[in-house]
Amino acid sequence: MAKQMQARRLKGLDYNPWVEYARLATEYDAVNLGQGFPDFAPPDFALEAFQHAVSGDLMLNQYTKAFGYPPLTKILASFFGKLLGHELDPLTNVLVTVGAYGALFTAFQALVDEGDEVIIIEPFFDCYEPMTLMAGGRPVFVSLKPSPTRDGELNSSSNWRLDPDELASKFTPHTKALVLNTPNNPLGKVFSQTELELVASLCQQHNVVCISDEVYQWLVFDGCQHISIASLPGMWERTLTIGSAGKTFSATGWKVGWVLGPDHLMKHLRTVHQNSIYHCPTQTQAAVAESFEKEQLCFGQPSSYFVQLPRAMQRSRDYMARSLQSVGLMPVLPQGSYFLITDISGFKSKMPDLPGAANEPYDRRFVKWMIKNKPTGQPPHLCSPHPSCLEGTMWKLDCLLPRAWQPSLSPSSSACLIRRTSTTTSASVL
Amino acid sequence: MLLAQKRLGSLVSSTKFLKTVNSSRLLEFSTSAAMSLKFKNTKRIEGLDKNVWIEFTKLAADPSVVNLGQGLPDISPPAYVKEELSKVAMVDNLNQYTRGFVIIIVPFYDCYEPMVRMAGATPVFIPLRSKPVNGKRWSSSDWTLDPQELESKFNPKTKAIILNTPHNPFGKVYTKEELQVIADLCIKYDTLCISDEVYEWLVYTGNKHLRIATFPGMWERTVTIGSAGKTFSVTGWKLGWSIGPEHLIKHLQTVQQNTIYTCATPLQEALAQAFWIDIKRMDDPECYFNSLPRELEVKRDRMVHLLESVGLNPIVPDGGYFIIADVSSLDADLSDLKNEEPYDYKFVKWMTKNKKLSAIPVSAFCDSETKLQFEKLVRFCFIKKDSTLDAAEEIIKAWSRQKS
Repeated sequence: MAKQMQARRLKGLDYNPWVEYARLATEYDAVNLGQGFPDFAPPDFALEAFQHAVSGDLMLNQYTKAFGYPPLTKILASFFGKLLGHELDPLTNVLVTVGAYGALFTAFQALVDEGDEVIIIEPFFDCYEPMTLMAGGRPVFVSLKPSPTRDGELNSSSNWRLDPDELASKFTPHTKALVLNTPNNPLGKVFSQTELELVASLCQQHNVVCISDEVYQWLVFDGCQHISIASLPGMWERTLTIGSAGKTFSATGWKVGWVLGPDHLMKHLRTVHQNSIYHCPTQTQAAVAESFEKEQLCFGQPSSYFVQLPRAMQRSRDYMARSLQSVGLMPVLPQGSYFLITDISGFKSKMPDLPGAANEPYDRRFVKWMIKNKPTGQPPHLCSPHPSCLEGTMWKLDCLLPRAWQPSLSPSSSACLIRRTSTTTSASVL
Repeated sequence: MLLAQKRLGSLVSSTKFLKTVNSSRLLEFSTSAAMSLKFKNTKRIEGLDKNVWIEFTKLAADPSVVNLGQGLPDISPPAYVKEELSKVAMVDNLNQYTRGFVIIIVPFYDCYEPMVRMAGATPVFIPLRSKPVNGKRWSSSDWTLDPQELESKFNPKTKAIILNTPHNPFGKVYTKEELQVIADLCIKYDTLCISDEVYEWLVYTGNKHLRIATFPGMWERTVTIGSAGKTFSVTGWKLGWSIGPEHLIKHLQTVQQNTIYTCATPLQEALAQAFWIDIKRMDDPECYFNSLPRELEVKRDRMVHLLESVGLNPIVPDGGYFIIADVSSLDADLSDLKNEEPYDYKFVKWMTKNKKLSAIPVSAFCDSETKLQFEKLVRFCFIKKDSTLDAAEEIIKAWSRQKS
């Protein structure tokens, strides 16, 4: 065909790092600690909920309400209404989407126009940038930066902060939205009350919408508190809060997500939704509704999955951090999420010339080298090529260990593997 | 009845509210007005907030209404399809991580127009026109495109034409000759064909579904779309697919990876298993691709008879699970519905409220210019269990008695 067929909005968006690295990991049969999904089962009550959904009422095989299966929107409104300190109407304040990915897409399409600026905090989950571009918007980056640590002190994600003046300087009359991700992927930073107040005051001052990606909201460690920015004064009316059943119930394949927000914003998301996918699958929504209903009964108690999962993940995190430190790598201890960043600059100074393309950042070369030569691999911490970027000195590692979330966690095979391979590396490199 | 009335009332008052909001743009900019302006919808969704399904499904939701409106089965999917999903639910690893111009043939499945506009292209419409029937039974095959009129809609900036066969709402199954006309124009003007074939298995005796992608010169320019929901009567699984040449599909993949990224894993697995079961027995009468159209043809014929009995003049569909009826001879008294909606919108609301039978107005499938041409037509869905059709029959018989 002579004509260019694809739309201009796709320019530059065809590359996807997950696709590239997943392919590599499979090709070299690597232990995949890259892409963020558990390789263990969802909790029993969630599996049962799905079984009920597929073997129960036959009409669950047919379309449900466009904006969400009613028992799900009802429980989301009740559950999160309490957490956000704001009464939620299931019809006007809740929208169910195809994963949090779908929630993000719907929000960008509804609110970001040609020429609108969107502030994105680095490091960021990679899709924020292409979604902004696909909507005709212009991403404006501002970086979290680490303060120097004292000798022997482990770096923590809490150490990575925004400079208030720098953040303020990024707001212009064209700024439409700011994307907040807390707990943050890939750093694992849990934004504090003070930090959120800073973001909130700037959003209010400049009349900007906050798109708050809170998919890892239950995965917080060391007694950290996840705070939803929508619960801060003046923020409910300008915040979209995004959640994920996949991350909440360790069932990423169900692809159920949601957006919570004020009706005057949500109505635009509903317009996009009804003109794109229109409904989400019914049975997976039914399973999520029942799972939330079970959790609501034991919320805050030791038996709650939202208590047990982070407890187990904290042990995995600590184990992983010790393994990495033992070979001279410098992990950044995350306050939340199930990712962990490791500083590989020690490697870089000793092995500066890894194979790769001329302008390929070091972390990408390092990861490919790891996949091919050592049996573990993951996409490097991803950020756009800006001067504020870490310039490829960080390596993101997935904290999750196989078949882990039981309280009595024993070292997993993959963690041992890293330690062994790192030991081999350390002998020759360090 | 009361509930439907209240809903009708709220629909009317919500229309008034929309008008008020628009005029506020002319007011002085107070802080709250400025805030609401900045949080206005993006240009791409301007005017796309109204949706016929949301409007009419609300109306038909009253449990006392027999709903032959929205196109979903109330019959059970085949047992082995349900079983596959149950099996899959027990396998834990499947719970993890699926400007230009566009020509649209009228009537059209309503989402085509907003989707084209949301993508920033301009829709160009061409209506199907009915041949004179001359005492014969009115059939969906009587509705055709004029080849010269169709060619006049193509120009060098035409990006695509959307084809839907079997057609919703008419149930028209395009013939080889009709598809050849479209194919020739696509090749001549170097245009894409987006072929919505979700009802591909639902064709009735004497008809054959033909895939335009199989015509010479068409594979490289056609994206063929299918649906698990329509194929296996599982609309709630929300799985569909696009099939086409790599150089087109790669762009759809780019969009997918930047929008929803994946589809639900267990549902895809169950669908794959269900397909394997039926692919192995395509010539068997028990294959769902054969048994469902056979079952539906009986229902279709029943609906034709029912509609004729009360003076609703049906267009007998060659495929799909919808049947259109011309309501003009009924001459219903719609005078208490004083608004500017097309006749069929008012008729359906009147019928839902007064006869407890719901359907969908065909002008919902038309652009603003052709609405009037189709406003005496109403769409009924007949992929419903016998008890639902029995209830519809009761209503229609009572209606017929009232008239005589």
